[in-house]
Amino acid sequence: MSEVDLIEGFRDPVHMKALAALIKKECKSKINIMEVCGGHTHTIMKFGLSQILPELIEFVHGPGCPVCIMPKERIDHAIALASMPNTILATLGDMIRVPGSKTSLQKLRAEGKDIRSLYSPLDVIKIAQENPDKNVVFFAIGFETTTPMSAVLMQHAIENKLTNVFFHINHVTVPEAVEAIMSSGDALIDAFLGPSHVSVITGYKIYEPIAEKYHTPIVVAGFEPTDVMESVLRIVRQVNAGKSVVDNEYARAVSREGNLKAQALVNTYFEKRSHFRWRGIGDIPNSALKLRAEYAAFDAEIVFDDVLPKTELNDHKLCICGDILKGRAKPFDCKVFGKACTPTNPMGSCMVSSEGACSAYFKYGKLNLKGARA
Amino acid sequence: MSKKILLSHGGGGEETQSLIKELFFKHFENEILLRMEDAASLVMGSTKIAFTTDSFVVSPLFFKGGNIGKLAIAGTVNDLSMMGAKPKYLTCSFMIEEGFEYAKLEEIVISMRDEMAKSGVKIVAGDTKVVPRGGVDGLFINTAGIGEIQYEGISAHNLTQGDVIIVSNEVGNHGACILATREEIELESDLQTDCASLWKPVEALINAGVKIHALRDATRGGLSAVLNEWAETSKVCIEVDEAKIPVAQEVKGVCELLGFEPYEFANEGTMVICLPESEAQKAIDVLQRFPESAKCALIGKVTTAFTCKVVLHTPWGSERFLEPPKGELLPRIC
Repeated sequence: MSEVDLIEGFRDPVHMKALAALIKKECKSKINIMEVCGGHTHTIMKFGLSQILPELIEFVHGPGCPVCIMPKERIDHAIALASMPNTILATLGDMIRVPGSKTSLQKLRAEGKDIRSLYSPLDVIKIAQENPDKNVVFFAIGFETTTPMSAVLMQHAIENKLTNVFFHINHVTVPEAVEAIMSSGDALIDAFLGPSHVSVITGYKIYEPIAEKYHTPIVVAGFEPTDVMESVLRIVRQVNAGKSVVDNEYARAVSREGNLKAQALVNTYFEKRSHFRWRGIGDIPNSALKLRAEYAAFDAEIVFDDVLPKTELNDHKLCICGDILKGRAKPFDCKVFGKACTPTNPMGSCMVSSEGACSAYFKYGKLNLKGARA
Repeated sequence: MSKKILLSHGGGGEETQSLIKELFFKHFENEILLRMEDAASLVMGSTKIAFTTDSFVVSPLFFKGGNIGKLAIAGTVNDLSMMGAKPKYLTCSFMIEEGFEYAKLEEIVISMRDEMAKSGVKIVAGDTKVVPRGGVDGLFINTAGIGEIQYEGISAHNLTQGDVIIVSNEVGNHGACILATREEIELESDLQTDCASLWKPVEALINAGVKIHALRDATRGGLSAVLNEWAETSKVCIEVDEAKIPVAQEVKGVCELLGFEPYEFANEGTMVICLPESEAQKAIDVLQRFPESAKCALIGKVTTAFTCKVVLHTPWGSERFLEPPKGELLPRIC
């Protein structure tokens, strides 16, 4: 089977139209569905799914983009670390672009600092071996999906007896963030699309307490357009039947228990942080990980504590990312959307990464404006 | 902090456009330059010529289906061809890093010779510089070229309602091939660059009497950059059917793995053609005779729905804007 067989079948126009027709036929009441994960936001916007769904279905774009929820002070940490002499800072994807309080890693790189954007965290091993005289700091980001890769990197760093590899850990966890949004009391969310890749690692059991406590159906969905459509249909059917359970549409990759080996590896090196500040949401208890105390020698937050800024930095008061994340507003409701706040110069969290809600609206969503095409 | 040039300024997207307009045009401003075509069209005596230049800094220097030398010839030949000009003469400058292997340089030079034979163009002047280690990354090549204009009036300003859009080949092969080579992604298939000189198919279109409104090779920024630039320059809307855009399976795979769009990937031997709908079949019949354009397809049409915008239609009836590429694309692909 080629890699594309895994794609095309899930984008089949006949299936897409059939699913749209079924949802239209069966959906009887207004349902606000939060897609927790930025990957789903991307799918919904890129494939124009809202346009073929009934108006009763409304998507609320959740906090599941690890770059977007990174508070500015931690971006400043990355910038401070990258500015140290004899240092290589390595990180993933969009982090390079995100502005901190004064500059971005991208601009710092143009000034000659050694900043590497990696596809695989394990590349850090090679970089560290090739540069034994330099500190190599891995600025680790991501939800439960990417945490095991950081754990494997740690394992390899120890096995290779590398003493010049350091970790700045920003791994965050989904259930606590969802709990924080729901427990605020003012969130307008009736159901969830559960994340795909997070669930591959954690298993879908982690969502069971939320479905029960808040009476919200949760369907773990794959990232392809038919996955999302099928999952919306399953949500509609749960709502119609008065049910609120965790269902697994992404059964080709997700089990109830998840990847136990990866979970064990993560537990070996990481433990819960008591608090983590989420950009756009605020402080959420137990919502992130840190290195266990016995690995303090690898922990950039401890080893380089003296260079790290400590001031908390909030977004501009015109930014409504917090309300967007709770389903109380859409990006188009924001006064600065697309004007003062753009992907090139983001003011708020949701515009920061390509997976953020505002960024996805900016890139794909202008045609979703009702009546845009007369 | 003082402003610095970022890699994104060279990506061929929005930032490149702003660097060109806000700095280069500000100081170099003249009527010919401001037309922003692939090549300048000039009148020398009674002859109309096209004149252009391009620098090649691709990394890696060798990739499946080509190398920097083949690119350096095809790139400039194509810039001339896109103005309806028969490529005649090139200049060539080599900037070589100290320590570069002679045998590799010869391999590159031989593939340049072979590529020139395809369009009949000649290198008639050149320059060689060798710089100390680290001064350049192996080898950079600049070529400039002049050609004799055989079909006048091709311009990004010419798109009108009722025109259709044809691409000459699958899109994204070059970008995906370079990325896969650079990131050491092992593909089981034989994905290779589309790098090719396009003068032969262009000449055949002209000889067949096909009316051409606009013509551009979709290099940096890919199909998306060309369509967006045209929509903006001609103040029209271009509506494209996503299902009709030819994309190789391997390219789709690379895009899915790494989160890119094939429409933003660079091509080095794929052109976009805008012509009146009545000319479309004739053009396709001509293009299909050449291996480099055998996979051509009619992908969309020019309308007035959203001025200066490109709209992509999905096969299930939704639509979205195809925004111009932004930010840091793949560095150094050509």
